[in-house]
Amino acid sequence: MQVLPNITIEHYLSLSAVLFCLGLFGMMFRKNAIIIFMCVELMLNAVNLALVAFSKIHGDTDGQIFVFFIMVVAAAEVAVGLAILMMLYRNMHTTDTDELNSLKG
Amino acid sequence: MLTEYAFWLLSFIAVFSGMAVIISKNPVYSVLYLIMTFFSIAGHYFLMNAQFLAAVHIIVYAGAIMVLFLYVIMMLNLNNIETEKRHNIIKLLAVSAAGLLLLVLSGAVQKADEIAVSGQVGAAGMVENLGIALYRNYLLPFELASVLFLAAMVGAVYLSKKNLNETQSA
Amino acid sequence: MEKLVSLIPLFPLIGFLFITFFGKNLSKNAAGALATAMAGISFILAILVFTTQLHGAHPVMVKVLDWIHVGSFQVDISFVVDPLSTLYVLFITGVGSLIHLYSIGYMHEDEGFHRFMSYLNLFVFFMLLLVLGDNLLLLFVGWEGVGVCSFMLIGFWYKDHANNDAAKKAFVMNRVGDLGLLLGMALIFIQCGSLRYEDLFINGSGIASLGKYTTLAAILLFIGAMGKSAQFPLHTWLPDAMAGPTPVSALIHAATMVTAGIYLVARCSHLYAMSEIASSVVTWAGVITAILGASIALTQNDIKKVLAYSTVSQLGFMFAALGMGAYTIAVFHVVTHAFFKALLFLGSGSVIHAMGGEQDIRRMGGLKGHMKTTYWTFLVGTIAIAGIFPFAGFFSKDQILAHALENNMPVFILLMLAAAGTAFYMFRMFYLTFHGDFRGTHEQEHHLHESPAVMTLPLIVLAIASTVGGFIGFPHAIGESIHFHHWLDHFLDGTVVLAHSHMSALTEILLAIFAMGIAGGMIYYAYSTYIIKNTLALEDDEITSGLHRLLWKKYGFDELYENIFRRPIDQLSHGVQHWIEDKALLMMVDGTGSAAKGLGHWMKGWHNGQILTYLIAIVVGLIAILYFI
Repeated sequence: MQVLPNITIEHYLSLSAVLFCLGLFGMMFRKNAIIIFMCVELMLNAVNLALVAFSKIHGDTDGQIFVFFIMVVAAAEVAVGLAILMMLYRNMHTTDTDELNSLKG
Repeated sequence: MLTEYAFWLLSFIAVFSGMAVIISKNPVYSVLYLIMTFFSIAGHYFLMNAQFLAAVHIIVYAGAIMVLFLYVIMMLNLNNIETEKRHNIIKLLAVSAAGLLLLVLSGAVQKADEIAVSGQVGAAGMVENLGIALYRNYLLPFELASVLFLAAMVGAVYLSKKNLNETQSA
Repeated sequence: MEKLVSLIPLFPLIGFLFITFFGKNLSKNAAGALATAMAGISFILAILVFTTQLHGAHPVMVKVLDWIHVGSFQVDISFVVDPLSTLYVLFITGVGSLIHLYSIGYMHEDEGFHRFMSYLNLFVFFMLLLVLGDNLLLLFVGWEGVGVCSFMLIGFWYKDHANNDAAKKAFVMNRVGDLGLLLGMALIFIQCGSLRYEDLFINGSGIASLGKYTTLAAILLFIGAMGKSAQFPLHTWLPDAMAGPTPVSALIHAATMVTAGIYLVARCSHLYAMSEIASSVVTWAGVITAILGASIALTQNDIKKVLAYSTVSQLGFMFAALGMGAYTIAVFHVVTHAFFKALLFLGSGSVIHAMGGEQDIRRMGGLKGHMKTTYWTFLVGTIAIAGIFPFAGFFSKDQILAHALENNMPVFILLMLAAAGTAFYMFRMFYLTFHGDFRGTHEQEHHLHESPAVMTLPLIVLAIASTVGGFIGFPHAIGESIHFHHWLDHFLDGTVVLAHSHMSALTEILLAIFAMGIAGGMIYYAYSTYIIKNTLALEDDEITSGLHRLLWKKYGFDELYENIFRRPIDQLSHGVQHWIEDKALLMMVDGTGSAAKGLGHWMKGWHNGQILTYLIAIVVGLIAILYFI
């Protein structure tokens, strides 16, 4: 299962896992909503990487098509998400997620 | 040989800039580091013979999405350094959660069975093949993706309207 | 003809049901007449059935209903028609109907009249079940039924809690005895495989299968009899039961329910004949009770209490007779006792009625002039119980004494003492009540009047029975030589074990004269004390002598039982209530509620609205899922 000479699929999967966990960690660690968003993008990209690696192994295009669609969704999501963020800022005058506790109780 | 080095280099850059995204205080720096991450991932795509995808990746992500991010950051004037006042316990929790996940995933990877390799290796990734697959097998999702974009666009425009819910937001 | 027996218990049952459900629509007289009529019809049927048994005893089982058929346990609701049961049925329904008639007059003013008549009918029904049943289980049903009716009737005036306490006491003590009865029945069933008299006593000797358990079974059954017939030590409920209306005391606690114990032992006479030890237990329990009852009665001043202790004492006589093997004589004494004790109770009821509710004989006196019929009938009853020829009590008591003289000298001496005591206290009561000057209030004096005919008619009938009833059991020895029938012995032969007497006629006559002499002496002593010297009975605070006090306090049995049984159980209940109910159970119930509340409260804390919290939760969940898959 060599993706590249001397590089097996496990390498790619590990890399993907590391990036994913980094993104996850970042999501939990940072307060700023925008940074959290960016970490989400990071996670998505990690998944994309894994998918392309799989596609290479199988010799199929399926993985890459999937990556396409993930990118589509990511783009749409960013658009809407940032719009929401804008509205949030307008109301709360901050992007600190710790302030968003009106659902408390 | 070269590919091997390339792989390791690119991996290193990706992980490093990923960490930098999280750690940097200035959001603009975070954006820039993220772009660097995207580039390194695009490099990986190139290595894996998915050139088209790499190009699209750069155009969409680094070109469009990150620009959007920058727009928002600039608009909200968020390049001030923010104070992080997270409790220690939360930081601990976050680290352990992420660490655990990494552990589980790598464990899964180690334990995974061999994947059966099939057919021609390497032919995929050319635009032609991608196009054929996309328009032949995945036509419906393709069309639906356009609908999805429409919805996102409408949503984004609607949500950003200024004179909406001003009196009702309290 | 024997088939008619299945109708006998039916009529009182119909009476009970009818009055219970439709009694509101009936007037008092109508309800009373109905109840009495039901008892009367049963009596007539009883006579008819009785006549079938007069010419040789051949027990007939009349099956009414299938009841329990479980594996090897087979009992039916069927009635046994044999001399013992028909004799009992005869006097139960006979005396019962008279008491129903009497109650119409006695309870006339009472607002619970209908309830009373229905309970009386129900009681007669259960008593009939008891004596007619052809197996121990049906007997037990009747046994429990009469216990329940006794409870309901003792506590008839339920608004006064003292009555309720007395009723409870009666019931609980009965229950203690019932435990013995149940265990005995179980033992018999396990060893002999059947509870039916046919299998146990009549066909072959099924009872012999008891083997080494014979004594145990006999004693267990006797414990049941002890409870029901108020023998020592389960005797304390009977005097307290006087809290009920007088007809109840007459019917239940003189003539019928308390004789159920005698019936049980007589029915199982074959069993007792097989066990020496059990028979001695029975004898001595009876003797002790006889002395106990007689001695306490010497000091009592409530007219009904005297009669109650007298009943206890007479029952002791009967059990002594049973224990010595004289089953027939005991049954004979049951019959005669039913007559004169019912008479005495009804007479006392008449007195109480006239005195407007007063029961203390120290407040009475000189009633002879005001209540002629009551006076003469009461006199007949008193003479009968004292054992003077030719009244009924003489024959039965005398035969018991004869049997004791022959078999067991200590028993004879003690029973003689008890008989002497009987004569004394009965006449003491009689003189204090009817002779001398009136010691009550003026108001009571104006109220004095003879009772109406409904009440005096039964008195007269019972007085006649007490006079001539003795002749059915003319002593064997004397009878042989004077050519009288020894009717009862012949009658009951085959059903109960016969006693064998080897006494010569002369000894019997001498004994009779001796006994009568003693009785006469005691009567004269009473006469001289209360009439000639005109001594008055002591007031409560005047009783100082140690012996007198001891007897007056009934040997302290009530206090003893109170301390041994009631107090610890009371405290146990209080403890349980306090610790288990108030604390533990409450904690459990409340605890569940507050636990649920606390859980909810805790979980509410999770919803802090912070995105991060939710995020972490998601991640943790994700990890968990990944791990486990």
